[in-house]
Amino acid sequence: MVKSMQVDDTDRRILRHLQADPAQSMAALARSANVTEATASRRLERLRQRGILKGQQAVIDWRKLGWEVEVSLRVSLDKTHPHAFDEFSAAAREVPEVIEIQSFLGRVDMRLQVIARDMAHYQEVYRSRILTLPHISDIEALMHIAEIKRGETLPI
Amino acid sequence: MLTLDDTDRAILRALSQDATLSAGALGRQLGLSQPATWRRIKALTESGALAGRRLILDHAALGFGVTVFLGITLATKGRVSLEDFERAVSAIPEVQTVQHVLGHYDYRLRVVARDLPDFERVLRRRIMTLPGVGNVDANVLLSEDRRPGPL
Repeated sequence: MVKSMQVDDTDRRILRHLQADPAQSMAALARSANVTEATASRRLERLRQRGILKGQQAVIDWRKLGWEVEVSLRVSLDKTHPHAFDEFSAAAREVPEVIEIQSFLGRVDMRLQVIARDMAHYQEVYRSRILTLPHISDIEALMHIAEIKRGETLPI
Repeated sequence: MLTLDDTDRAILRALSQDATLSAGALGRQLGLSQPATWRRIKALTESGALAGRRLILDHAALGFGVTVFLGITLATKGRVSLEDFERAVSAIPEVQTVQHVLGHYDYRLRVVARDLPDFERVLRRRIMTLPGVGNVDANVLLSEDRRPGPL
């Protein structure tokens, strides 16, 4: 935990406020974090250089773009095959409708977040692109109804 | 629903990699003027397609070594108010996302913690004590790959 010691309270405060509104100006950030603008930009630059602040990504709301169906697929793999994880992940990366791929320690091996335009489209993606992925031993689906909390902020 | 053309898709693709790109810099990449790019970003934002930004942080360097996905089944469906559960679970700082799902579980949670003992503390003191919680299934995240999606 040497690396975490390099982040002090001021860094955390600045990141906390930036996280709440990443698009805000340096002046607004400095004001809410109670530091000067020069300090805020110097601290952020240092956090960037050290790879702690890796960047900012736009969040896309797929529903607004007409992708109405979102399903979380929990996949168990056939672990008797030595390359099951790598081959499954590589093949899943080729499916455009897969927006997240996660691997786990636990009851589930992998999770795929899949989006589709409607149920008919989902069925097509599921049958022709998901079920054909290598080394699947079991799949369980969770259909998303609503996002209750989003943003994925860290309690810094 | 918003209809996108190829330029809109290119803008979404670029911003989902780096949201700090200015309209000028993005326009130069796409062969578009700064005002034209700005107008498109504004339209995408107003339609809700661009739903804000996310900081990409080194979790371990900030002291968060563990991410766990929880599948929660409510114990007393019908008797517990979903609103009460949702309000209480959303207020837990370590809970990053909450999704209401249909299937084997009722809710899916993404939780961060400093380490496994810290996760156990969050689970016992904050999650298990939520109103209406029945079964909780935990899976520790090993790796994650966010894809650009069908743009």
